[in-house]
Amino acid sequence: MNRRVFLKSGAMAMLSLGFAPSFLGRAAAAASARRKLLIAIFQRGAVDGLNMVVPYGEADYYRMRPTIAIPRDAVVDLDGFFGLHPSMAPLKPLWDNHSLAIVHACGSPDNTRSHFDAQDYMESATPGVKATRDGWLNRYLQVSSEERNPLRGVALARTMPRSLEGSAPALAIGSVDEFGVRGPAAAFQDEYAGSSDRVLSAASNDAFAAMRTLRQAAGVPYRPATGVEYPNGPFGKALQEIARLAKADVGLEVAFTELGNWDHHVNEGSVTGQIATRLDEFSRGLAALAMDLGDRLADTVIVTMSEFGRAVAENGNGGTDHGHGNAMMVIGGNVGGGVHGRWPGLGEPHRFEGRDLAVTTDFRDVFGEIVTAHMGVSSDALSRVFPGHRAASDPAVIRG
Amino acid sequence: MTHLLNRLTFGPRAGDVERIRATGIDKWLDDQLHPGRIDDHVAEAMLPQLETAPGGSDQKELRQFARRQVVTLASEKLLRAMYSERQLQEVLVDFWFNHFNVYAGKGRTSMFLPDYEHDVIRPHVFDRFRDLLEADAKSGAMLFYLDNWMSTAADTNQDAGLGIRDSRVRRRFGRFGRIPNPAPRIPATRPAAKKRARGVNENYGRELLELHTLGVDGGYTQQDVINVARAFTGWTIDRDGNFRFVAALHDTGEKTVLGHKIKAGGGIEDGEQVLDIVASHPATARHIAFELAQRLVSDEPPKALVDRAAKRFLDTKGDLREVVKAIVTSPEFLSADVRNAKFKTPFELVVSAVRTTGASVSDARPFVQTLQQLGEPLYMCQPPTGYHDTADAWVSAGGLVTRMNFATRLASGNMPGVELPSTVRDSKALALQIGSPEFQRH
Repeated sequence: MNRRVFLKSGAMAMLSLGFAPSFLGRAAAAASARRKLLIAIFQRGAVDGLNMVVPYGEADYYRMRPTIAIPRDAVVDLDGFFGLHPSMAPLKPLWDNHSLAIVHACGSPDNTRSHFDAQDYMESATPGVKATRDGWLNRYLQVSSEERNPLRGVALARTMPRSLEGSAPALAIGSVDEFGVRGPAAAFQDEYAGSSDRVLSAASNDAFAAMRTLRQAAGVPYRPATGVEYPNGPFGKALQEIARLAKADVGLEVAFTELGNWDHHVNEGSVTGQIATRLDEFSRGLAALAMDLGDRLADTVIVTMSEFGRAVAENGNGGTDHGHGNAMMVIGGNVGGGVHGRWPGLGEPHRFEGRDLAVTTDFRDVFGEIVTAHMGVSSDALSRVFPGHRAASDPAVIRG
Repeated sequence: MTHLLNRLTFGPRAGDVERIRATGIDKWLDDQLHPGRIDDHVAEAMLPQLETAPGGSDQKELRQFARRQVVTLASEKLLRAMYSERQLQEVLVDFWFNHFNVYAGKGRTSMFLPDYEHDVIRPHVFDRFRDLLEADAKSGAMLFYLDNWMSTAADTNQDAGLGIRDSRVRRRFGRFGRIPNPAPRIPATRPAAKKRARGVNENYGRELLELHTLGVDGGYTQQDVINVARAFTGWTIDRDGNFRFVAALHDTGEKTVLGHKIKAGGGIEDGEQVLDIVASHPATARHIAFELAQRLVSDEPPKALVDRAAKRFLDTKGDLREVVKAIVTSPEFLSADVRNAKFKTPFELVVSAVRTTGASVSDARPFVQTLQQLGEPLYMCQPPTGYHDTADAWVSAGGLVTRMNFATRLASGNMPGVELPSTVRDSKALALQIGSPEFQRH
């Protein structure tokens, strides 16, 4: 963390003042020439955003959640009104150096409360339109370059997530070491290279090139940066593989992974309990990833998403039912820290359909800003990444 | 001949070409178009038994049952594709399932799957489109998957309508025991939620027009979608999971659909009239003709062929047997440039691999897993579009690697439940054959 903080605030400041040591100049130049990276993390199952980023300044929050609210004195205070769930303390250093932006009351214009539909809409980024064939991350790959490198878009997932599905080459892998041909690899390679089937020959060429790149760049067992500890389990493992690929410079531009089990209809818990356990793994993972990325974080944006939020009121089972607006987190070296988005309030008249946190920022506005301001897609091309959408708000999560 | 077998079956087995030559191509095709004439008891005997649902209300147990159910059904689908003599029927079952796709992972959809495939899709693939469409519209699987079961007139009183039916539906399913509550949940303890009328749900109405019938460019408007949805209000599911029309939930107002007036005061006939209108619409004829030609001929089927197949659809009032026949007996079907032009879907790949090797499969579950790795887990396609069967959807670097690994594994003889014939000596050569670029196409 320290090194990163130093690079972010220290090196830039010294450079701008004109007396940077030469090695820092080189580091900064290398950094700017490097590819921008977007890491998307899906919290599948609809995380309770109100217990994740707690509006502890709202009396209604406590009135509606007599048993599961996070007490004022337990939150990790952010700005005197919002606070993080105590399990998210690992993210506090990122907040403190303005590398963590939160967009609250963020979500979809579609009112579905079906996990299936809402995840589909968030990943296709065309709410209400089921027939969209590709995902928004793949459309980013399509519009940003013609390069046929499947390592530009990698999902650390068993199957290709909807977000990355589409015509641009991308990979879904369980882990870096798993990706390879187990069998007569050289013979397969020759067979395809010599084929008159140009489409398949090219795809095979991509595959073997990617395998070669991975072997060269990430062939040795991976060791995270000193002091970095990923949480145990598949989520921590996936994040570690993302850091590995990012640092190996294999051409990675978009990475995706997910963490499930947020659907807490029963016994959600508060400071402790189910949500606390999930948020602990989630936050330790994110903090470890940010720290492991080191100076690479300067070119990276990590964005977290979940299909919808949960009802303002707790239900009769100490849990929460499907709701609407949620909180999204954006982490990175070039992020405008703070809580963004208009806060609609939790009083009944301000709620969506009388029960849920209203949505004041379309999730596509956040994605869109990241894709343009961070990834460098032109505003013309943006309409191809988010067809049918015109930005309605300016979340300002990326510094200009 | 091989081309015919490539497209109308899941790939030739050793000796198939000679057998068809002996029968005569015309007779073989005619039989395939009338699968009832073909004895299929050998394949039927290989199918796994579907398990009876647990009787209790244990949610975890039910979820596990649902998961096993999907695996069993997927095994059944694989085995039929591998061994059924009614190959064209099975090719079309796969086609129509994807056309009318439902997703087993959405709530209770998986509970309806056996009936859906056995009673809704398979018996109608050579039927009139209108009959298939109605069977589908009234199926528990589709009613649940696209939410029509909870679509009601905007002013329906919750307590008189859905509130009661909700709990009935939950209590029903004798063979499934208690079923997990569907999303969205409405907690009984919250008065605000009780007041919230669900009203019209456009989900089914939209997909009916966009995917099932007219097609996305079929010339309908958002107002048509709303009115179609209104016509289907009250089409829901009873306590046994069967179709039921509940007049109290139906929007009886006047509706205009694609220029046709549906007069006020109607009931179940409103929806049936919509099915009449869309099933006989020229855009539907074109859409279905295009999709079938895309599956059977090429990713971009010749326009003249699609036009003729669409005309056949309209001339025969949507007789699907006649439309398929028109396509497969066309000169375009036999044209040299469409041979081996189609890229096999993962399902087509694994099934054709088994057929070409002559392997005997006593347990299809390893293939169920392979299909997951290849990105086509059966019954698990989320969007209502179903799995696409065009090359652009399936050709990928990662996909090819997985195909090579599958070929190696199958050829090694190390897949549990799979026995290769003793004639297979050189497993490397077999792997290179199944994993070859040529074998990925048909």
